[in-house]
Amino acid sequence: MTIATIDKAPAVVSTELARGRGGGGPASKRIVVAYGFWLFILSDMVMFSALFAAFAVLRGNTAGGPTGAELFNLRNVFIETMCLLLSSYTCGLGALSAERRRPALFVMFAVFTFVLGAAFLFIEATEFAGMVEKGAGPSRSGFLSAYFTLVGTHGIHVASGLIALVYLVAQVIAKGLPAAVLRRLLCWSLFWHALDIVWVGVFTLVYLMGG
Amino acid sequence: MTDSHEHMFDDRTPGVEEHEPTASYLSYTAGLGLAILLTIASFIVSQTNLLWAPGIPVGLVVLAFAQIGVHLVFFLHLGSGPDSTNNILALAFGVLIVFLVIAGSVWIIANLNSNVMPMSMP
Repeated sequence: MTIATIDKAPAVVSTELARGRGGGGPASKRIVVAYGFWLFILSDMVMFSALFAAFAVLRGNTAGGPTGAELFNLRNVFIETMCLLLSSYTCGLGALSAERRRPALFVMFAVFTFVLGAAFLFIEATEFAGMVEKGAGPSRSGFLSAYFTLVGTHGIHVASGLIALVYLVAQVIAKGLPAAVLRRLLCWSLFWHALDIVWVGVFTLVYLMGG
Repeated sequence: MTDSHEHMFDDRTPGVEEHEPTASYLSYTAGLGLAILLTIASFIVSQTNLLWAPGIPVGLVVLAFAQIGVHLVFFLHLGSGPDSTNNILALAFGVLIVFLVIAGSVWIIANLNSNVMPMSMP
């Protein structure tokens, strides 16, 4: 009975039908792939939430050592934030160029994204090195352990994102923009935007509330 | 068997092949503008007396949530469309877990701190 009903269904289904709600046939590959990657990103967010919780709990435990207000340079944090925000923007423009099958434009935006992400990492690494030099390394206090773990994990994510970007650009140069490469690129841009969201939490909780 | 390697790889990915309408440059530019405004607002609120001092953390949290919303809608293209339904449900679950982990930890540890005896009595 059910099978017969399906067989009699019109061959052309209106695209207005809500696929995500079970009608209208299978979703397109890029929707399915992006959904799987979105689940990965959410699990990454759950991991970050544990680090945020640890920082929120330990932020007052300075053990007589330096506090955030003494250590943080908000001007640098603002520059870092702008670097990451602009790199998110150029990453989005790069993804759009790739979708419109303009590989040269994509590579240009990818270079911008890489430079801005690398600038972010450079400022962060310089700050970390300066803090360790002042004797405010991760082993100084519970506050600093939580700080270096949270901000450092975000930094490692940015660094691995940059490595993945180099790999993607190499793929685009070698293979052009077939559907599979385009989907990888889409997933990468989801990852990069998600890192920016984590950074919003970092600069709000760590730097602005503690600085 | 005449398919190229690339095509065979494609076939294993679930879903149908289809050209999708893409987001626009305008969406990213609007998102960037809003995000920069909210970031600057956050820094101003934290560094000045524009807000009543005890209200500053609340103001910062509100601004952060607003900026996260801007990122989700304009950069990650999470909308009210049918293609976003599953992503939004997954996001809702993720937000629940994140909230439980952070708020639960802070709550429990604050409770423990207030119940613990002072370490050294003068």
